[in-house]
Amino acid sequence: MFSRGIRNILLTPFLIWAGLFIFIPLIFIVWYGVTDYDGSFSLKHMGLIFEHGFWDAFELSISLAIISTLICLLMAYPLCLILTERQRDNTTIISLLFILPLWMNSLLSTMAWQTILEGNGIINQLMRLLGMPALQMINTPGAIVLGMVYNYLPYMVLPLYIALTKIDRRILEAARDLGANYWQTFTKIILPLSIPGAISGITMVFIPALTTFVISALLGGGKLLLIGNIIEQEFTFQYDWHVGCALSVILMIFIVLNMLLTTYFEKSHEEEDFK
Amino acid sequence: MKKFLMLLLVGCLALGIAGCGSGGGDKKEKVVYVYSWGDYLDPETLKIFEKETGIHVILDEYDTNESMYPRVAEGAVHYDVICPSDYMIQKLISNDLIQPLDFTKLPDAKKYIGEEFFKQAESFDPENKYSVPYCWGTVGIIYDKTKVTDPVDSWNILWNEKYAGQILMQDSARDALMIPLKLMGRSLNETDENYLQQAKAMLVKQKPLVQAYVVDEVKDKLINSEAAMGVVFSGEALIILEENPNMAFAIPKEGTNFWIDGWVITKDAQNVDNAHKFIDFMCRPDIAVMNFDYLGYSTPNIGVKDLEENETYKNSPIAFPSPEVYSGQETYKYLGNKMDEYYNKLWMEVKVDK
Amino acid sequence: MKYLQKIYLATIFLFLYAPIGVLIAQSFNASRYRGHWTGVTLNWYEKLFNDARIADALSNTLSIGLLSAVIATILGLITCVAMKELSRKWRATFLSVTNIPILNADIVTGISLMLLFMGIGLKLGYVSILLAHIVFNVPYVILCIMPQLMALDKSFYEAALDLGASPFKAFTSVVLPELRPSIFAGFLLAFTMSADDFIITHFTKGAGVDTLTTEIYAELKIGIHPEMYALSTLVFFFVLIFVVLFAINRRKLKKYEEVF
Repeated sequence: MFSRGIRNILLTPFLIWAGLFIFIPLIFIVWYGVTDYDGSFSLKHMGLIFEHGFWDAFELSISLAIISTLICLLMAYPLCLILTERQRDNTTIISLLFILPLWMNSLLSTMAWQTILEGNGIINQLMRLLGMPALQMINTPGAIVLGMVYNYLPYMVLPLYIALTKIDRRILEAARDLGANYWQTFTKIILPLSIPGAISGITMVFIPALTTFVISALLGGGKLLLIGNIIEQEFTFQYDWHVGCALSVILMIFIVLNMLLTTYFEKSHEEEDFK
Repeated sequence: MKKFLMLLLVGCLALGIAGCGSGGGDKKEKVVYVYSWGDYLDPETLKIFEKETGIHVILDEYDTNESMYPRVAEGAVHYDVICPSDYMIQKLISNDLIQPLDFTKLPDAKKYIGEEFFKQAESFDPENKYSVPYCWGTVGIIYDKTKVTDPVDSWNILWNEKYAGQILMQDSARDALMIPLKLMGRSLNETDENYLQQAKAMLVKQKPLVQAYVVDEVKDKLINSEAAMGVVFSGEALIILEENPNMAFAIPKEGTNFWIDGWVITKDAQNVDNAHKFIDFMCRPDIAVMNFDYLGYSTPNIGVKDLEENETYKNSPIAFPSPEVYSGQETYKYLGNKMDEYYNKLWMEVKVDK
Repeated sequence: MKYLQKIYLATIFLFLYAPIGVLIAQSFNASRYRGHWTGVTLNWYEKLFNDARIADALSNTLSIGLLSAVIATILGLITCVAMKELSRKWRATFLSVTNIPILNADIVTGISLMLLFMGIGLKLGYVSILLAHIVFNVPYVILCIMPQLMALDKSFYEAALDLGASPFKAFTSVVLPELRPSIFAGFLLAFTMSADDFIITHFTKGAGVDTLTTEIYAELKIGIHPEMYALSTLVFFFVLIFVVLFAINRRKLKKYEEVF
């Protein structure tokens, strides 16, 4: 689009920015992660991930994050499809209404979920009114997943919605004119064109879901320990930079590997398009 | 659209400049930087202080001792006065982050803060050089009289299977391990790893009975009768009792934690004189009673009970317990980095256990 | 089918708004404790309007949110445009770098930025919070804009150049309008992330500079003041009205355009 010169000028602000606010903190973290208290190189803090049951917490965090990301994707996709298919004028307002809950403070809305799910909470009081047995909802893994889906669903909706609205209607009409049924149009056109948006959405949901600790404390009753809780404990209660950073580095490596996998996936997909 | 964007930008800039103006602060003014627990002071008292002394109070708040520590240790802001808890005061002393107080400048502290509280504070501040007690309390069991039929006088009841799923425990290493340690007749500052491992095993055994490990949300849950019993601080108990008349509070016979939050002055304080004036002001009975009414946490100030007008508070054995309730109780000490880590790891092992 | 769609929308709507309903109810509750209903009161609204601290915190939250979102959106947009021109390999590398600030747990980012600011001699205060918020906002903006920019058809831009437009003119009149929804989305996300952050703000703030979230967390020990619920309710309705007006305005504009 531009000449190299302009491109490089445009990149400079970000490079300066990244150097200061991304790399320096990153170097801090990695350095603390791979050194011992006396400053010598040591991987023993990284090894802690296999002790004290931390690995179980890590596995639990990953599975809960994957489940909530999937649920977000499955909930958001039909939602965005419906919104884009409807009359365009109305969709702006309706879609904004699906983003609006983001504006409530997440701590307050998570506490509101407590009020809804608790043993004497709103749902159970309704159940009692209807003469049905009370449900155990709070302090379960399901409640944590619900909290994650609630807090992060808008991050999935936004990029997906944009990706879908940007699909040229004329392509869809052309496909239909050429005899493609709905399912074919969907799998051959809509789905491939929405993948970049979906990947952005997955990233924005998966990462915070993996590192959260507030949701698990409030809705999981503190009985389920996530990796985010452990890192938070190490930094706050322990003020132990070495262990906290080592665990953070492991988490980062895991996420970066994941992202590389998704970009690889995206890449092979793009190439397919050109064939 | 363009107009709208322009308006937005202008609005941003205006707000930004306004924000800078209010955030900058005037250096020539007489100020004192106070860093305390959130909502730990009646805002009215600060107004009175500013009016009487002309010293402007810049108040910052934290939610836990632990989120306060890094900001003070790294010198992020030069706070003058802080209000940490017992073990944290000791940690600040041992890391040379606070300075000895000049008690000649604190006449009201000497006059109105009860002797026994200074005595208790010796466990973390050996010569009473660094801190003046501000709030104190104990830890006990609050229980629903309609649900709990057994007498509540021992920590043992938290292991009673009859109440499975009805028990709320504190979510912090020291507060959780304190209970089995006391049950075993050990100190809550235990450092023997054998006993600590036993204490951990007891907590693991108890875990299936526990409804949730909670921190601040314990109040809301017990006010709504979510659980039959919970481990709470006495200040929280007072609030819960006021809102939910089915509840009762008991301090187990095996002993409990006697906690004290105190005022200290940081090493790199820039306004040492003003800081002393502030601490002394907080010790004045008429101010202490305002803070007590606002907070509901027990006060070490001996002048407060006479000034207290609210009869239920005045006669509450939780707000003003008789000395035998707290005499002989232990206060947390800072056990050093290694031991802190050990406690923490034990607690995480309990929490991760399935 | 249409019926099913409506039910689906309604279900998600209910899911998203249930807790907000609870918060609104809470703001009229006489008791200050969560889920403990003791009667209706407007007390908290009255208190809210008399609380200078909350007013200060609100103005800080809004100005930091708007400024950081504007700056992050501009920086993110420029970076996206430049990244589009990079080779695929470099672009992938750059994209992973931009994501680093959101990979870390908030507390890690918070403490390391605090140390960095102190290291470069920046006094912690309003500006440090602003910078920190831009740091974690940029990745979200890029995540919003990049997919759409990649999908953009280059031919319009090139046509504009062929017709004699300068690259800048061609960019602002051809590319930018196409990107508007994603820029808007990035801005919106950035603002909400900023308004919702607690931990990073806690570590990078100066004395006496508070945002709504730092106020809310500080209240946790003694119990959240219902003024916060009242404020959330007001903010919610304010934004709701704004959104509706915005939509109506747009529709009118469209009709206007159609007439001419």
